[in-house]
Amino acid sequence: MALAEKYDKKVEAADLPVKTKDQIRKFLADKEITDTQFKQILERVIKEYLSTRIEPCEAVGVIAAQSIGEPGTQMTMRTFHYAGVAEINVTLGLPRLIEIMDARKEPSTPTMTVYLEEEYRNDRDKAREVSWQIEAAPLHEFGDITTDMENMHVVVHLNTKVCDKRKISPGEIMEVGPKKIRDRRHYRDFEHDIDEDKAIITFSPKDKESYQNLFQLAEHVRNVIVQGIDDILRVVVRKEGGEYILYTEGSNLKDVFDVAGVDTTRTRTNNISECASVLGIEAARNAIIFEAVSTLNEQGILVDVRHLMLVADMMCMEGEVKQIGRHGIAGEKESVLSRAAFEVTVNHLLDAAVANETDELSGVTENVIVGQPIQLGTGDVKLIAVRQHDN
Amino acid sequence: MPSPKRIGQIEFGLLSPKEIREMSVRKIIWADTYDDDGFPYPQGLMDLNLGVIDPGLRCKTCDQKASECPGHFGHIELAKPVIHVGYTRLIRKLLRVTCRSCGRVLLSPEEIEKVVGTEDDQTGDLLSEKDVKKERICPHCGDQQLKINFEKPTTFSEVVVEDGKKVEHKLTPADIRSRMEKIPNEDLTPLGINPDVARPEWTILTVLPVPPVTMRPSIILENGQRSEDDLTHKLVDIIRINQRFKENQDAGAPQLIIEDLWELLQYHVTTYMDNEVAGCPPARHRSGRPLKTLSQRLKGKDGRFRGSLSGKRVNFSSRTVISPDPNLSVRQVGVPRAVANEMTIPVRVTIHNIEELKQIARNGPLRPDVNSPCGANYVIRPDARRLRLAEGNLDTVADMIEPTWTVERHLRDGDVVLFNRQPSLHRMSIMAHRVKVMEGKTFRLNPAVCPPYNADFDGDEMNMHVPQTEEARAEATILISVQENILSPRFGGPIIGGIHDHVSGIFMLTHDTRWFKKEEALYLLRYSGIERMPAPGKVENGVEYWTNKQVFSTILPTHLNMVFQASSCQNCDTCKKELCERDAYVRIFDGILESGTIDKKAIGAFDGQIVNRIIRQEGMSRATDFIDDMTKLSIRAIMFDGFSFGIDDEDLSKTEYGQIDEILKNAALDVDRRIKVYEDGQLEPMPGRTVEETLEMQIMQVLGKARDLTGQIAGQHLGLGNSAVLMAVSGARGSMLNLTQMAGCIGQQSVRGERIVRGYDDRTLPHFRKGERGSDAHGFIQHSYKGGLNPTEFFFHAIGGREGLVDTAVRTSQSGYLQRRLINALQDLKVAYDGTVRTTGGRIIQFEYGEDGTDPTRSAFGDPVDVKGIVESIIKEAV
Repeated sequence: MALAEKYDKKVEAADLPVKTKDQIRKFLADKEITDTQFKQILERVIKEYLSTRIEPCEAVGVIAAQSIGEPGTQMTMRTFHYAGVAEINVTLGLPRLIEIMDARKEPSTPTMTVYLEEEYRNDRDKAREVSWQIEAAPLHEFGDITTDMENMHVVVHLNTKVCDKRKISPGEIMEVGPKKIRDRRHYRDFEHDIDEDKAIITFSPKDKESYQNLFQLAEHVRNVIVQGIDDILRVVVRKEGGEYILYTEGSNLKDVFDVAGVDTTRTRTNNISECASVLGIEAARNAIIFEAVSTLNEQGILVDVRHLMLVADMMCMEGEVKQIGRHGIAGEKESVLSRAAFEVTVNHLLDAAVANETDELSGVTENVIVGQPIQLGTGDVKLIAVRQHDN
Repeated sequence: MPSPKRIGQIEFGLLSPKEIREMSVRKIIWADTYDDDGFPYPQGLMDLNLGVIDPGLRCKTCDQKASECPGHFGHIELAKPVIHVGYTRLIRKLLRVTCRSCGRVLLSPEEIEKVVGTEDDQTGDLLSEKDVKKERICPHCGDQQLKINFEKPTTFSEVVVEDGKKVEHKLTPADIRSRMEKIPNEDLTPLGINPDVARPEWTILTVLPVPPVTMRPSIILENGQRSEDDLTHKLVDIIRINQRFKENQDAGAPQLIIEDLWELLQYHVTTYMDNEVAGCPPARHRSGRPLKTLSQRLKGKDGRFRGSLSGKRVNFSSRTVISPDPNLSVRQVGVPRAVANEMTIPVRVTIHNIEELKQIARNGPLRPDVNSPCGANYVIRPDARRLRLAEGNLDTVADMIEPTWTVERHLRDGDVVLFNRQPSLHRMSIMAHRVKVMEGKTFRLNPAVCPPYNADFDGDEMNMHVPQTEEARAEATILISVQENILSPRFGGPIIGGIHDHVSGIFMLTHDTRWFKKEEALYLLRYSGIERMPAPGKVENGVEYWTNKQVFSTILPTHLNMVFQASSCQNCDTCKKELCERDAYVRIFDGILESGTIDKKAIGAFDGQIVNRIIRQEGMSRATDFIDDMTKLSIRAIMFDGFSFGIDDEDLSKTEYGQIDEILKNAALDVDRRIKVYEDGQLEPMPGRTVEETLEMQIMQVLGKARDLTGQIAGQHLGLGNSAVLMAVSGARGSMLNLTQMAGCIGQQSVRGERIVRGYDDRTLPHFRKGERGSDAHGFIQHSYKGGLNPTEFFFHAIGGREGLVDTAVRTSQSGYLQRRLINALQDLKVAYDGTVRTTGGRIIQFEYGEDGTDPTRSAFGDPVDVKGIVESIIKEAV
């Protein structure tokens, strides 16, 4: 498998990126090669490496924008698609790409991919246990709820079997349930009574005059989330690549990280602004790249990552995720003319006048507008070589 | 040539009334434009001091002709001040944050410091309305403040409490102006206003600048009537009301009338600035069309900024329909003679080229046929006078030509031109080609360059631009030429390559083994510029034979070594390599195709493995030659056997039809069975789905499978002898799915990924019973395109087809806007000399481009170095 040592050393010593070195090792492993052949290969690799360096003055921004924008026409519009897991809908294609570039606070279909720690990831039941901790489960899943019209009660008989199966004690439910109705659902006009031994909770409205209140209360009791994380509506356990992974509908990175058994190093969400607030701007930048790459790849469109990196870096430059467009990068440019040429022309001009802004004419649009060469590519070269006359 | 002056910066500010009067060349008082003789009124809106638009007249201010005079501003003295609509929000803010009696900001210096930051560290925000509490007492003079109400578009009022009731007191522009005047300069800076160039009272107009006539030219209609520009109309309104206002004021008219007139004047000035203000009816033309006033001129796609400054119409361009010509090089473009005779290149006369240019001038403006030498349309004298070349004066003018003159000669073969097709979504949408003058009226291009332009020949038109300077031509040849754009910067692979018949042809040529006699081989290779034939593969009865693979190998570079799987590869578990029964294992050894079929994977656009490898080993030029040779060879190859596709190519035999019927019948039964299970309440729902959704998914699955099975049957019956199969396998066009739909069964029609459910109550069409769930009631088409659809199927097919059309229409607009935003956000980025990515302003975005400094265009599909290719070419075996 390995490369002969004398060659390996030379490869290591060469001024090449790690990836290329590894590729050389991989392709030359167990191959009968002569010294001259090896020398030729290494020389050609180094030569090609030097020839693929980016040239100064290259307008990399425009190239990136074109490379992402041009395949947009080939993408599908179908908003909903089943990505990998048939049970969970995910926005894909052009709408998703627009969503990423818009830096929306909340994606239209937030989902998470939860990876599990060593001791949980190989056992379906253990994975299921983690999923109980994450999936929002309303009270009615844990027992029978009866509305006692005569006494104006809502009575919950907890099913201890279900509680055992879901690894939650009836006591905990009895504590959390009423509290959550008050805190999360903001419904406070009721009293409750707990019977620990029989596992029964009895709710009664404060105002016993109207049946309406009773039914309203019953509705709250039925739907109050007593186990799991409120934002995560559904969890699907799937085996992929030899381990169990949880896919969720809904996203709450911070709370999921607190659940025991979750591998916080690999778990991810498709909500970029959540990434930024929980993990920081670097994570958000990587999330933008990851989401964009997977959206494009899913559509079978080949785009070099470097383009997406540039977009992501531009979006995250200021330390927060900025939108591509009027309310973000394009709207906060230095140049008045560039902003005016993009959108909301008149307002930019009027505001510039009052603030006494000056346009330094450094960008592209400004120079096009005044009719000067732009500061990119061949327009950026300030030195001109003078031919030397030898004789 | 002296280097042109550069504009260093542009400063923005407000015009003060003083400045407006100073720059004005005439005070305008008459609303009328021209008198009965068609002569402009003095001190009217078309005053000759404001510039001239009629040819022959001279400007009274600068004494220049219409073409030279840039125009001059005039002014109108307004009877009373009026508000500038664009600044109503600023005025509101200022009224709310400053004191009504002393004019100071309603915050103590400490409070201001808290928001804005200290004098040394002004990193805070600007003061906003929210920083000032409503109706507070002025910290400077102790005066009680009142609530300011603002009503769109331009009405301000104060709320006064009288006898416990709230009463609104209207503020006239004059009141507001006097308040603005009181605001001291030092209080304006924390509000984001620079008082040196923008005193707030200047947002209330007392003088109105009148733009020069050159900015609002009148046009003369066919019937000789003058039609004035929208701006002139608006100015007429303003002056009329202003005059009436003044008269009433002088006559001491009642307050009510004055107020009405004041409001009317405000309305006209408002709509003069912006005719789309919310809460203000737009001023209309006599015909009912809303007027296009100042703001409308600047705004939007066709406005001044996007329509006239960022993009312009150009000379030296032409446009016509395109059509294909595989005998052209991809580097060339066929230009119709009519176009070549009209488009010119200026050539400066020197002692070295004077004879040639004289001859060109003598050739005159008409080129009789494509083979005759090019002529010229104009010659330009050193004093910039142009002399038109015409039949009669050719020799006279030609003899006058001397060095320092310029001849505008026609296009001729070999000139560089830029060729473009809209929408120009990426840089390969504009490429430089070499001219080849041809008969006919269309631009001709090699079909291999269609992919970068995304062009086809169903009536597409393209544009051609002729670079006029040496510098432009140099950039065109070195940077923009087709040859330099074979690799796409999007993914680092070739985007120019064989399409459609190129792929079919080369597949037919190279598939399996065939033997060609000398004449046949030469027929195939005649246009490929081959100088010597390789040794024959076999000699039988004294006749020399060459294999098909030998024929193809002649166009390959001699040092090419590579191994890859063709498009037709089925990804078998164990690859049989050279023994592959599909001949899909391509192996090229020292420029000889040893095994495998050449198809889309090898030479196609976007894939083009061979093209890609040639670029990296031999360079762009050799790769372009290879593409040229390949297109010519493949077209000969497809003509050698002939290739066609007709309706009887979709014919299957009776057994197949029987099998297909059987499959569809079984599928229908299966669907019915599942519906029965559902109706009996026996269906087990999938996790997280309702029972109905589960049933729908199952039905879709069953029917999808049934369609695929019919396709398989059709595919088994139709082998590579069938043109559609050949095209699908080689990757030229279409897929097996298309064949399935033509010969087997079209399958389920869907809307939003679901079976068709909309229509009447509980049913899609009156042909079905209510609540019916069967396959044909919800858009399953069991016939093939060839077999023909029944009426309900036809209708469902139209529904499914419509969705696709709507989708495309929506998508183009959405992706277009996304791209515009992306370009705008990223356009200023470049790689600096130190390898960092910076904005043109110097801000660093990345410390090393793409984290490794690799150019995606030259990268091997993303990798910095194509190690596999290098190793393969040196050790000459598969890796």
